[in-house]
Amino acid sequence: MASLKSIKKRIVSVKNTRQITKAMKMVSAAKLRRAQENVVAARPYAKKLGEVLQSLAANLEGDLHPLLEKREAKKLLLIVITSDRGLCGGFNTNLCKAADRYIKEKKDSFEQINVMTIGRKGYEFLKSRYTVYKNFANVLAKPNYQAAAMMAQEVIDGYIAEEYDQVELLYNSFRTVMTQDITFEQMLPVAQEESGETEETPVEFIYEPSVGELLGEILPKNIEVQIFKAMLETVAGEHGARMTAMDSASKNASEMIGKLTLQYNRARQAAITTELMEIISGSESIKG
Amino acid sequence: MRPYKEEYMAEKMKLEIVTPYKKVVDTEVEEVTATGKIGEFGILPGHAPFLTSLKIGELVYKNNGVSEHMSLNWGYFEVQDDKIIVLVETAEIAAEIDVERAKAALGRAEEALKKLTQEDKQHKIYEAALERAIIRMQVAGKAVRK
Repeated sequence: MASLKSIKKRIVSVKNTRQITKAMKMVSAAKLRRAQENVVAARPYAKKLGEVLQSLAANLEGDLHPLLEKREAKKLLLIVITSDRGLCGGFNTNLCKAADRYIKEKKDSFEQINVMTIGRKGYEFLKSRYTVYKNFANVLAKPNYQAAAMMAQEVIDGYIAEEYDQVELLYNSFRTVMTQDITFEQMLPVAQEESGETEETPVEFIYEPSVGELLGEILPKNIEVQIFKAMLETVAGEHGARMTAMDSASKNASEMIGKLTLQYNRARQAAITTELMEIISGSESIKG
Repeated sequence: MRPYKEEYMAEKMKLEIVTPYKKVVDTEVEEVTATGKIGEFGILPGHAPFLTSLKIGELVYKNNGVSEHMSLNWGYFEVQDDKIIVLVETAEIAAEIDVERAKAALGRAEEALKKLTQEDKQHKIYEAALERAIIRMQVAGKAVRK
């Protein structure tokens, strides 16, 4: 049986760990609330812009915008968004694995697959397996729209320069605090929804300037918003995942402390018993 | 300013101004004026469906005869069935504008523009920054005093 001292030491160390995991849980809970508010706040903007885009694209005749053009998809750009920091359960690992699987699956249907990562964890995972085309780190600590706009510009430039013919976005979308869904989204070319006959007669809008020009302004914005939204969802998901992970870690630590305390008490009892036996046998021999 | 008349009462439009960060304005209005891509325009109740993009500029809406001024960044403007939806990157109500910050931004942009030529990629960015700062300061001056 382990010595009393060593058990005591372990209890102290597990207690320290529990303190840390508890603190991390609290911090994540606070950050999660803010991140969640951001996600909710960004949704109407993203939704509306998407709707506008669809209605514009449906009205467009003749000259297609370069971002709407469908080319033969030879080169794929996969954008993977993960968090910068770990200790959030399977949050990053699951996503990285999904990316890995996806790349393997699609390897045959594309000539070339480029990977772009946002967030340190994904970069570290993927760089050892594939060549990472570009990485953006440290943009997630405080997601802002400017950063998203900058990344969107890079993506658009590359697309127009035909460095890739299809762009897909892979990220954890925030469903509840406990669950994040791994989400694939096609960004480019912009998927045009097949609006059936069911839709009510389209309203005749007055466009100023022309539809094409408006579309030219809104399309890039839509990509910015998509990236921005994915970033916000990732951040919210990260905090949610970390909170759950740290909660279960704290619970496990408490359980461990209970077990160790039991072991400690038993060891102490055994020590007392042996000591007593020694004293009694000693005094017996003196008597005799 | 046009005097406020009783008969405008019933004729109101819904105005929503949304940025990626939050819904800035959600209110009823009688009149909206904004700076479109090809010039300033005004919207009154009963306007035909209309879609345009906005420049960096000013947006004014009037509610119960009180005008509220706002400074906007790039945006998109839609009118349909007396409902106006404005999507913008940033929107600030005149009273909330930090004039000191705008002044500082103006100084920075001017400084940077002196060093750059028309061809530089940065030139456009700073030009936009300059424009934004100027509009902010203009709009801030028109804040509704309460």
